[in-house]
Amino acid sequence: MTCPNYVDMMMAYLDDELDSEQKKVFEEHLASCPICSGELEEFKRLNRITDEVKLVEPEERIWKMYWSGVYNRIERGIGWILFSVAAILLLIYGGFRAIEAIIKDPAVDMILKVALLTLIAGLAILLVSVLRERIYFWKKDRYKDVRR
Amino acid sequence: MNCFCEEESIAIQQCRRGSAKAFETIVRRYMKQAYFIALGLVGNHEDALDLSQEAFFRAYSKINQLNPKRKFFPWFYQILKNLCFSHLRKRSGRHQHNLEEVDEVQVSTCAGSRFDPHSVAERNEVEERVWKAIGQLNEKHREMIVLRHFQNLSYEEIAQILFCTRGTVMSRLYNARKKLKELLD
Repeated sequence: MTCPNYVDMMMAYLDDELDSEQKKVFEEHLASCPICSGELEEFKRLNRITDEVKLVEPEERIWKMYWSGVYNRIERGIGWILFSVAAILLLIYGGFRAIEAIIKDPAVDMILKVALLTLIAGLAILLVSVLRERIYFWKKDRYKDVRR
Repeated sequence: MNCFCEEESIAIQQCRRGSAKAFETIVRRYMKQAYFIALGLVGNHEDALDLSQEAFFRAYSKINQLNPKRKFFPWFYQILKNLCFSHLRKRSGRHQHNLEEVDEVQVSTCAGSRFDPHSVAERNEVEERVWKAIGQLNEKHREMIVLRHFQNLSYEEIAQILFCTRGTVMSRLYNARKKLKELLD
């Protein structure tokens, strides 16, 4: 087990991230501590092994087509937003028209009309309640600006 | 370096005004780094390509959230990393998400999405052993090994993209290397 005070230094020494003064301090410690010098050797061995690993560079065409892959997603994203907004508007309009037709139709039973209106009122209350709760918690969230 | 930052800052401002062309310059600048980080984290070419492109798309969608005074890459890295880790978690379900396990689970179901040392590193017995061990590391340790050993980032650069101090980088790296050493022994 490396001496706790020299753990960070050992990594920085290994990766050549120490200035000359720190290097000198660490080398002095190494000379007097066989545990740390032993562990340093093991880490050096590990570095030699990982240095052998070379990541495979993909074919050049992958880089040439890379941006178009990202751009297609951006384009599709805009498409989906427009599609969703239009679908919601159409659903609201269609729903409103259908409900209007049912309410105005004298052939439809009064009980069905009352049930339908009650259902709409219930949905509206639920929606408002959920929205209000969300807004309340969002405003009270002390960590909302914390990067996660 | 200042010129580079200024150029990037101008491109980001243009992206905020909706310029996809400006975003293209940012993507071209960072695509290789993004791809290789994703490759190190998820372990196969197809997923690395898909996830890195998805991360750029998400970055573009959320570009207004990027503080104009901050650099693009550290912010982007958080998106990329979260995507890669959530992909791994989904892949390994409720089990501990080590890549070797994913390999076993996925080998019979979807060869294209499994961890594949052959597609990641040039074929060699030692490399395969190393890669397998990296696959068994937890997220934090794997991240450190990928950033330091395969991206060759300095401690300063790692600290910047992980939003932590240099000291934290050193101690995380010590733990990651220690674990990797144990797995290789």
